[in-house]
Amino acid sequence: MDYFAQQLINGLVLGSIYGLIAIGYTMVYGIVGMINFAHGDIFMIGGFIALITFLILVSFGLTAIPLILLVVLLVSMAITALYGWTVERIAYRPLRHSFRLAPMLSAIGMSFVLTNYSQVAQGARVKPVPPIITGGYTLHEGAEGFVVQLSNIQIIVVVTTVVLLALFTWLVSSTRLGRDMRACEQDQTMASLLGVDVDRTISMTFVIGAALAAVAGMMYLLYYGLVDFFMGFVAGIKAFTAAVLGGIGSLPGAMLGGLLIGLIETLWSAYFSVEYKDVAAFSILIVVLIFLPTGLLGRPEVEKV
Amino acid sequence: MSANPAVQTSRAPGAAFILKKALVSAFVALVLFSLMIGVRTEAGPQGQLVYWTRFGDLAAMVGAVFGGSIIIELLRQWWGPVDTVKVVPASVQRGLSLAGRLLPPVLLVFTFLVPVLFYNERYILDLAILVLTYVMLGWGLNVVVGLAGLLDLGYVAFYAVGAYSYALLATNFGLSFWICLPLAGILAAFWGVLLGFPVLRLRGDYLAIVTLAFGEIIRLVLINWQSLTGGPNGVTGIPRPTLFGIPLSPADDGLAALLGIEFSPTHRIVFLFYIILALALLTNWVTIRLRRLPIGRAWEALREDEVACRALGINTTTTKLTAFATGAMFGGFAGAFFATRQGFISPESFTFHESALVLAIVVLGGMGSQLGVALAALTMIGGFELFRGLDQYRMLVFGMAMVLLMIWRPRGLIGHRAPTVFLKHSQAISSDLVKEGHG
Amino acid sequence: MSGNPILGVDRLSMRFGGIVAVNDLTFNAERRKITALIGPNGAGKTTVFNCITGFYKPTSGAMRLTHEDGRAIQLERLNDFRISKLAKVARTFQNIRLFPGMTALENLMVAQHNALMRASGLTFLGLIGAPSWRNAELAAIDLARTWLDRVGLLDRADDAAGNLPYGDQRRLEIARAMCTQPALLCLDEPAAGLNARESAALSELLLSIRAEHGTSILLIEHDMSVVMQISDHVVVMDHGVKIAEGTPREIRDDPKVIAAYLGADEEEAIAVMESGT
Repeated sequence: MDYFAQQLINGLVLGSIYGLIAIGYTMVYGIVGMINFAHGDIFMIGGFIALITFLILVSFGLTAIPLILLVVLLVSMAITALYGWTVERIAYRPLRHSFRLAPMLSAIGMSFVLTNYSQVAQGARVKPVPPIITGGYTLHEGAEGFVVQLSNIQIIVVVTTVVLLALFTWLVSSTRLGRDMRACEQDQTMASLLGVDVDRTISMTFVIGAALAAVAGMMYLLYYGLVDFFMGFVAGIKAFTAAVLGGIGSLPGAMLGGLLIGLIETLWSAYFSVEYKDVAAFSILIVVLIFLPTGLLGRPEVEKV
Repeated sequence: MSANPAVQTSRAPGAAFILKKALVSAFVALVLFSLMIGVRTEAGPQGQLVYWTRFGDLAAMVGAVFGGSIIIELLRQWWGPVDTVKVVPASVQRGLSLAGRLLPPVLLVFTFLVPVLFYNERYILDLAILVLTYVMLGWGLNVVVGLAGLLDLGYVAFYAVGAYSYALLATNFGLSFWICLPLAGILAAFWGVLLGFPVLRLRGDYLAIVTLAFGEIIRLVLINWQSLTGGPNGVTGIPRPTLFGIPLSPADDGLAALLGIEFSPTHRIVFLFYIILALALLTNWVTIRLRRLPIGRAWEALREDEVACRALGINTTTTKLTAFATGAMFGGFAGAFFATRQGFISPESFTFHESALVLAIVVLGGMGSQLGVALAALTMIGGFELFRGLDQYRMLVFGMAMVLLMIWRPRGLIGHRAPTVFLKHSQAISSDLVKEGHG
Repeated sequence: MSGNPILGVDRLSMRFGGIVAVNDLTFNAERRKITALIGPNGAGKTTVFNCITGFYKPTSGAMRLTHEDGRAIQLERLNDFRISKLAKVARTFQNIRLFPGMTALENLMVAQHNALMRASGLTFLGLIGAPSWRNAELAAIDLARTWLDRVGLLDRADDAAGNLPYGDQRRLEIARAMCTQPALLCLDEPAAGLNARESAALSELLLSIRAEHGTSILLIEHDMSVVMQISDHVVVMDHGVKIAEGTPREIRDDPKVIAAYLGADEEEAIAVMESGT
């Protein structure tokens, strides 16, 4: 039981990170109807920028951890958001009204570019950082000496995710930008006729998605203590799987999918085999889609005859 | 008001405009590259991370973006607006269509002669075999994506099934290449149907992620099922193909000895070249045939409008499954060839990367066009080889090329669709009309 | 109505969540006759079509299709493609659904899929180019040519369907449906978007299909001139229920029908009252 509780905590933390990335996929899908294959790499870039900012701040002699974290978060979000904006501007906007597969391949190409760009710029080796946030709480001490722990970093990841989600939900539901985004999702032509700046709205969608991915990248760095140029691929595919599992286009769905994938992965590793955790995640995706072809919270597609 | 200001500004943006744009680009580049290029991190001797600055590189990159932006803007002015319709004179069109008709046979003859022309250039022969492998993979995937309009991001799974089928059957049971080749195709087709079933109801991006997941599942199983597949170490000592049972080896019963000529390793390369050429041509021939049969027309009709297909009494389930199975079968053949050519396979050869590459070849070729796919494979694989010297920059350049090619030709090199049957004269159908499918 | 119906719709109901699109609808379509299904927008006509052609599974009710040899098929038990394949019911769509990237001829070849599939020995005979397959293919092209001629599109056989003008596309869709050699042809607003001359040509085409092929026709139509001119029997729906049926003349004078149309749309009501004289 204790073991299970511990795995549940670990799974939720991992799921939060996936959920943050998945939101980027789902937002972009909702508004432009394309899979942003480069989004996983945006997450990776976010992790790198967080790492570099952190190193610089530490070398300048800063010691106040909360201040460092705040600066790292802001810098990483800002620069990564600009990456998201640039990717959209260069690789997707020229293909906005084109044939559906063209932007998808352009996105795959962009993903190769970003992966190899950071390999070239920062080297292929894994970058480890010492644990920045240590300590935690013991929730329960079991009879056999097994302890259920909740570390501070886990708390930070979950709290950050919840705060960002709240902020983000408010943004989409109650601001002008959110309204424009929902309008573009429904009908871009009509939205532009009603005075919505479609280009700007789409750009903002990428910017927000990238900023959230940057947060996820930073959380990943803090939680696992390392980044490498290839981490975007696997995390990206998992997060995309999460988005589809939850029902692509649905924001709560993305978060739910993220948590589910995180839990499946952790629990499978804990009780069955670590090697097949990804196989388990992908298999469950396939099984879910067989019965719910539009994911858990996706709108069922009505076939208009 | 005599002049339309909007037209004027769009026609001749002044130097100030170009400069402004270049400055903005340079500023964006400065922010983007500031930390990623301006600072370099590396694990130090004690494992702790150290960093050093590279402001020179950063300045060079920002400068390059500034200059590049000006050049692009000037080129754009020189070229004219992108969306203007350029009227191609009839004579040029005729010439192009004649060249288009002559190209396939010329290309085919040239391909046949490659081993003769480049007999002593091992590198070119190897490259030619590689290109042909991708041509074949492209033609195979084309059935699924180009004809049936079903998006498959996990095509490499069938390539892997084919390769491992041959490798395992040959190393465990000693079966020869020529017996395993059809078996590999059948097994891959079987897996194609297996994948096909769950995805029948899925559309678009759901289909994309499921096929991608399927490809990953196969790869992960290959890595982890160590007792069967050898795990990450792969399978070694895969036998080479024989010519009617005669090995192409320096041994006494080898082909060279039997013919009484001196053995050369090139013999085997040439032999492999003709095997893959034959396999690719078989794929092409079957696909062209199938397009003119009811099954092929049903694939294309499915791509155009699934609802209408059902209203015409077409069983869309079996139609989709046959498309998956046919594409997978060709992938399986190519996989078996890959295994016998390499003599060694490991899961590393079957990553998502390969799927993306083959898909890029199909889309760049112009979905559905056999010639286009062949040209795209030549461009992509050949181009990739050209950049071999760039070393670690190779994938970077490759990714950029992919983005640029898509922007340049979203509908591929050959965007027309040739009708499968005609009454009076066959006229190419513009890509604007051809649907891309929703699967 | 006397007794040789090809299609008997019996107490058909279709609900979408809480919305009742079709409620307890019963009517017959006579063999070798043209039956029209009319009613104001949103009356549930297309839903009835989608049930008959298997795109929707009806909530309740039965649809029995009786072939000339007496063989009866319960349509509600078949799903999508089998209705066209086994029950020989063909349809067209309100918003034309051709294969736009294929030529007119190819569209008609696709329609003969099932027959050609058999002839090609499930592809294998076709792959080796067996003579029996070649003959079957030539016959199929011939049938397609005949229909292209019938709808006046022989000259445009090799043009992409998506390139044809709207009226031609409507006729091509009918030709495509006829190439499946149906017993019952269901047409969803075939005259929509056609001008008066094209409508008249359409009426003639439908009459000739019935006369020469013995095909029974069920059509949804808003163009009252077409309905009044060619239909033998008219069924009027409003809000999912049948409010009247009878000959065109009876329908035209039925106060319930006029009221339904007046309630819905004044212009349509006037069209009903003034047409067919």
